[in-house]
Amino acid sequence: MTKIGLEIHCQLTKLESKLFCSCKANYREFEPNHNICPVCMGLPGSLPRLNQKAVESATSIALALTCDTPEKIAFFRKNYFYPDLPKNFQITQLNVYGDMSVGGEGYVSVEDKKIKIRRIQLEEDPGRIIYEGASERTKITLVDYNRAGTPLVEIVTDPDFESPRQVRLFLNILSDLLENLGVAEPGLEGAMRADGNVSIEGGNKVEIKNIGSFHDLEKALHFEITRQQSLFERDIEIAQETRHWDDRRKITVSSRSKEEDQDYRYFLENDIPWVKIDQSTRDRLKENMPESISSKKERYIEKFDITPQVADIIASDRYYSKLFENAYSDHNAKDIANLITTDVIGFIDTKEKQQNSKITSKHLSDLIDAINSKAITRNSAKVALQEIVKSGKDTKNVLQEMDLGQVSDSSEIDTIISKIFEDEKQAVIDAKERPETVNFLVGKVMQKTKGKADPVKTLELIKSKLNQ
Amino acid sequence: MNLNTSILKYIEDVKSGTFTAEEFTAVTLQRIKDVDGDVHAYLSLNDSALNDAKLIDKKISSGEKIGQCYGFPISIKDNICITGTKTTCASKILENFIAPYTSTVVNRLQNEDAVITGKTNLDEFAMGLTTEFSAFGPTKNPWNLDYVPGGSSGGSAASVAANECLASLGSDTGGSVRNPASFCSVVGLKPTYGLISRYGLISYANSIEQIGPMTKTVKDSAFLLNVIAGQDANDDTTIDNNNVNYLENIEDGIEGKKIGIIKEMTTSEGLSSEVSTATKDAIGDFESLGASCEEISLPTIPYTVAAYYTITSTEAGSNLARYDNIRYGYDLESEGYEYNSYISKSRAKFGPEVTRRIILGGFVPSAGHAGKYFLKALKVKSKLILEINKAFEKFDYLIAPTAPVQPFKFGEKIDDPVTLMLLDYNTVTANLTGKPAISVPYRVINGLPIGMQIMANSLKEKSLFQSAYALESKTQLPEVPL
Repeated sequence: MTKIGLEIHCQLTKLESKLFCSCKANYREFEPNHNICPVCMGLPGSLPRLNQKAVESATSIALALTCDTPEKIAFFRKNYFYPDLPKNFQITQLNVYGDMSVGGEGYVSVEDKKIKIRRIQLEEDPGRIIYEGASERTKITLVDYNRAGTPLVEIVTDPDFESPRQVRLFLNILSDLLENLGVAEPGLEGAMRADGNVSIEGGNKVEIKNIGSFHDLEKALHFEITRQQSLFERDIEIAQETRHWDDRRKITVSSRSKEEDQDYRYFLENDIPWVKIDQSTRDRLKENMPESISSKKERYIEKFDITPQVADIIASDRYYSKLFENAYSDHNAKDIANLITTDVIGFIDTKEKQQNSKITSKHLSDLIDAINSKAITRNSAKVALQEIVKSGKDTKNVLQEMDLGQVSDSSEIDTIISKIFEDEKQAVIDAKERPETVNFLVGKVMQKTKGKADPVKTLELIKSKLNQ
Repeated sequence: MNLNTSILKYIEDVKSGTFTAEEFTAVTLQRIKDVDGDVHAYLSLNDSALNDAKLIDKKISSGEKIGQCYGFPISIKDNICITGTKTTCASKILENFIAPYTSTVVNRLQNEDAVITGKTNLDEFAMGLTTEFSAFGPTKNPWNLDYVPGGSSGGSAASVAANECLASLGSDTGGSVRNPASFCSVVGLKPTYGLISRYGLISYANSIEQIGPMTKTVKDSAFLLNVIAGQDANDDTTIDNNNVNYLENIEDGIEGKKIGIIKEMTTSEGLSSEVSTATKDAIGDFESLGASCEEISLPTIPYTVAAYYTITSTEAGSNLARYDNIRYGYDLESEGYEYNSYISKSRAKFGPEVTRRIILGGFVPSAGHAGKYFLKALKVKSKLILEINKAFEKFDYLIAPTAPVQPFKFGEKIDDPVTLMLLDYNTVTANLTGKPAISVPYRVINGLPIGMQIMANSLKEKSLFQSAYALESKTQLPEVPL
């Protein structure tokens, strides 16, 4: 049986400042080495000042993942030399004598399976190393410390995954959850990273590092499982080791450095006193926590009779669920939900488009009202949506300007039908013989009226004309 | 003008117009010029000291609001940062390090209108007990230039003793304020852990070290603590002292107080007969002041020096890891070196004592050995805290000589690290337990000083000063022969 475990690192990008100083947590907009200070550069004599908000954000994550949260937490030093590490130690957390990190055991349900969370810890991100010419063999190595000290949450799972597919589902759930909590932006480049470890029945555990994206993680896991299986089949021992993902060749490569042998000499970071997280703080964090995606989904299904698929799409995206929550009233909730999942998503399918979109919840309820009162057709609504997303103009104005009012006058539609019956003689004959092909003629009417004709009335009129 | 005066007397004289801050600073700078070639207390001088004093005089004459220091001259140990000045830690590796920020203690001094004279010598990164481990040459003891001034704050102690300033700030990790205070006959305080901000103090063993005032009198020590103590947003480990005024009621005496004489520190093998005799005298003095003295045994003490070196080396190994010469340091062309070899090449600049402790610090907390060394040392620390807290249930103060011996000659012990380490025997307990301790000048025998150490319970500095003042008033010591 294949066993996969994960180590996920997620930056708390929604925080104002770094974990131990007042430099910006959002380092991405700065010129290299322009978001640094004596503290995050570890200059002699500087001391870390713990960002209490980071502790709260990390605790919220632990609570949302049903983890045990201890009464007080401590920080440790992980000692190792690396050019991206200003102090040559990383301030992190460790659960050696019981739970001392922000979160202990918890779980996430993926389909029918419970994936166990082993621990959650809060730590500082190192700086970034840039190899000139993007090769480790080139001579010049540049270091950018803008990232150094960014608050990072590490989530470690048990080796509970049985397939890369489960890993993907889990990561989707996790990143939705982190985004929903309002503490992280998993979509930002490098904001959420994952390392995996893989073992197959009868083999040793292999860690895979240096994976750039979740997409690559899935590939790396697939590659590693196949590699291990082929070794196993040929009776070759699977060595316990750390392998690096080679992004260009799309394979894992044994790392020659003996990372697994490194002795980090962990000990307490005494510059940061133990932090108490009392029950009232935890209660407050729980209270302020946004509704979880699963409970939101259940609420949509139960209250509005929305299909699970539609409810899932809306509940798991903060943008769509906000649009929905502000637009619906009891009588039109289902229609609005459907409008979002069939049409809105088509125009606003990326985070960038969500940011630029001018659509408001009022637009959605106005459009549904117009459809339900037969002022416009469903098709016209779609045309109007496209314009509204771009301009944000009032729904009424858009419908007027674009002349999208529904044509429901029988004689007007009848005239159009007569013209089409002349042009499409073969189709008329077909429709008489095989009634299921009548939609072709309806489509032609819609084409002529730019989708404005009342589809029900059009079908009625065509049918009666065919029977004449 | 008499430079051998106290801060409090100086302030009185400036207020009454006997002399100005500028006049006093000028004479002090001349004194430094005259004697520091011999003493070598300073590593660098503040070029604007005289100008700073002038500005303070202007404030005084114009009736502007004036800080409580009135421009008295104070020196700062060269492991405490001041913006724009070199902070070397007496190490080649920081030879050209110019701090871009000022430590909280110096900030508070400057806000209260003290004049900084310069930065004083120390054992490299504050690791040592004689200042012989300074990369820039040792400091001499003003009482006898052939003798060591103690350490690691040897430059600070010597600068005060030689009248090259009125006070100094040192740092005390295992006795580095109290030991040189004892050797140079000045008052040295190691306050409760967390009472004084360490922001800007270059870390050696951050879990136990504190900055401490070094002064000519006990009252001056209390005065300085008033200026620099208290919570600081830049140091999460600082504690609120409720703005205690340490000078208030300092003359109240110690009648009826209970004093414990620490058996392990007063009967140890290494104690010299002169120090032993002085200790007996001190006990007599305390009793004549109305206190009752009784011997107490703290059985964990014989293990404290080993625990101390294990813990401090572990922290030093980590705190000094940042000196890889990549972001700042000295000129060393990186061309042609692979990362690891470049680091080992650049770190070869550390002196012998620092190197010794970094190596030890890589070993004692390592995976295979932590249980035998580092974790055991932490256990000793916990046990010692329990013992001493119990002792303070019964006693107001615990006393012992600050150092087991008087100052010795240069080169006498430098090649014998273990003997040197035992000089810390009486001082490390205060650091490991976080308790305040003060060294009070008590005797000068054969021309060499002996200091007495008094320890009190956490945050009991006010009471500690009362006992120190009482003991000080019992002594009559000669002036430094320099």
